[in-house]
Amino acid sequence: MREGEADPGLYDFRPYRDRTPIRWPDGKSIAVWVSPNLEYYEIDPPANPHRKSWTKPHPDVVGYAHRDYANRVGHWRMAEVMSKHGFPGSVSLSVALCQHIPEIVADANARGWEFFSHGIYNTRYSYGMDEAQERAIIEDSIRTVREATGQTIRGWLAPALTHTPRTLDLIAEYGLTYTCDLYHDDQPGPVHVKSGKLISMPYSLEVNDHYGFFIYNMSPRDYADALIRQYDRLAAEGETSGTVMCIPLHAYLIGQPHRIGAFEEVLRHIAADGRAWITRSGDIADHFLANGYDSAAADAARFAENGR
Amino acid sequence: MSLDPNYLVYERRRRGMDHDLYPWSNLFERQPIAWEGNTVVAVPIVVSLEWFPIQPSATPFLAPGHMQTAYPDYRHYTAREYGTRVGFYRLLDAFAAVGAKVTVAANAAIAERYPSIIRDIVAAGHEIAAHSTDMNGTIASGLDEDAERSLIARALDGIEKVAGTRPRGWLSIARSQSWNTPRLLVQAGLDYMLDWVNDDLPYRITTPSGTMLNIPLNHELSDRQIVTVQQQSAESFRTQLEDACMWLESEVARFGGRMLPIHLTPYVMGLPYRIGALEALLGTLRDRPGVSFLPASEVSRQIASQIA
Repeated sequence: MREGEADPGLYDFRPYRDRTPIRWPDGKSIAVWVSPNLEYYEIDPPANPHRKSWTKPHPDVVGYAHRDYANRVGHWRMAEVMSKHGFPGSVSLSVALCQHIPEIVADANARGWEFFSHGIYNTRYSYGMDEAQERAIIEDSIRTVREATGQTIRGWLAPALTHTPRTLDLIAEYGLTYTCDLYHDDQPGPVHVKSGKLISMPYSLEVNDHYGFFIYNMSPRDYADALIRQYDRLAAEGETSGTVMCIPLHAYLIGQPHRIGAFEEVLRHIAADGRAWITRSGDIADHFLANGYDSAAADAARFAENGR
Repeated sequence: MSLDPNYLVYERRRRGMDHDLYPWSNLFERQPIAWEGNTVVAVPIVVSLEWFPIQPSATPFLAPGHMQTAYPDYRHYTAREYGTRVGFYRLLDAFAAVGAKVTVAANAAIAERYPSIIRDIVAAGHEIAAHSTDMNGTIASGLDEDAERSLIARALDGIEKVAGTRPRGWLSIARSQSWNTPRLLVQAGLDYMLDWVNDDLPYRITTPSGTMLNIPLNHELSDRQIVTVQQQSAESFRTQLEDACMWLESEVARFGGRMLPIHLTPYVMGLPYRIGALEALLGTLRDRPGVSFLPASEVSRQIASQIA
């Protein structure tokens, strides 16, 4: 990014109208990816000077135990429903989960899920890190996931969405191809970085289950209805130019017994619709890099020219 | 700018949990548990029966539901009292109508101030669990250990003096504990606590003074969370609990007995326009074969020998 400037210069302006169409495989109109956040929150993390972790003195019993529900109960319930309806996961992973509870990482890997990094713990924030420290967590992420799963991570969702001005440049330098931290579009697009090639992967906080349940205070059935409306609209618009819908999940929320049934109806709806390319984030990134990146960059140049 | 080098040191990055209170465990791989008789889903109902002094203490923190305005806060003081003198009796009638025996988690101040309520609870065959002294009796790290030990003792003594029996269970205000709480509860001779919300079934918590059962009283399945915090209707509360019950029933054949805790607050669900939704919910649950209302002490008794 352009540090210190009013416009961080992350990407070029490309209005939703008149873009070169994106075509997904097999004529599908919408790429759908489900993103379980498989996380580990520490009970007694050190303090980051720029952000408090728990709101209460440690141990924050409800805060910690609620999230721990994911690893004892929620993940297994959520994963089974996803597999039943043919949805692989693209995992936003607190990579220390590979040490703490390798059973969950192995289960996700065995289901054919992809992993990208969500930092070491969701209680260790990047704010305030120097370059060497940030390189250390990226290298730790790559190494840890590779050792635990054999996979090489290709994406990044900053731990607890905490960034530094150099994060995007660094992950691109390490060969990662997509970031899930930019929310400006329903289609992937080029991101400006110093080296390598990075795209923005639509991830969506708006239909994130945490937002649904705790920002918008939706009931489980209302959240399911929101997902279906989001899907139906993006699938229709994707007939013109392929769209992306991400369903970001937290197993401690969606895996609760009062929510999982309504959520299963969403997966049933999408799977039965026929217009969805039900896939993983890395597959979307690969396809877009090979088939859409150059035209998106050309579109950006054209719009810039027209705008002058 | 850089962070203290210790921020990138992970001392408890290891197999299992980052504390010694309980080991990790997958609900779906445990030895299935069986309830007595034909019960497959046990429903422990826990009612928080609370007295809020009109002079609130925020040490160590202000209890949920406590006074909000400048002194004297008649609005909140009397609205909470409404729950105790009116709403709670609606709840008792609703329980009687379906033959439900429940657990009332009562402040000792209720016994001291309104001993007839305690006698009504006991006469109806319900259980009383300890729930601190009054709503200024919050616990968090930073509370002196002797003060906390004394608070627990006064909570138990106050109930025992009027009820005639010493409570077997404990619910902290806001489920908030200090690092010392589990050990102090074991030392107080209690059978179970209700504070940790990380599971769908009871499990054992280990302290240097011995073990005790934690019966997870899911804070999400509470009228406070759904109605007060998330601002959903009483009817939605009913639907969510019914959906949860049906989902849990669907897991029984493969995974064994299940538990659906319901946490109620007299000044929330005991209002005239909400109580009907609760009565309907209780009727639905009573009519489902295999669903039984069990007080927490009964859950504890039936399950203690079945879990490691």
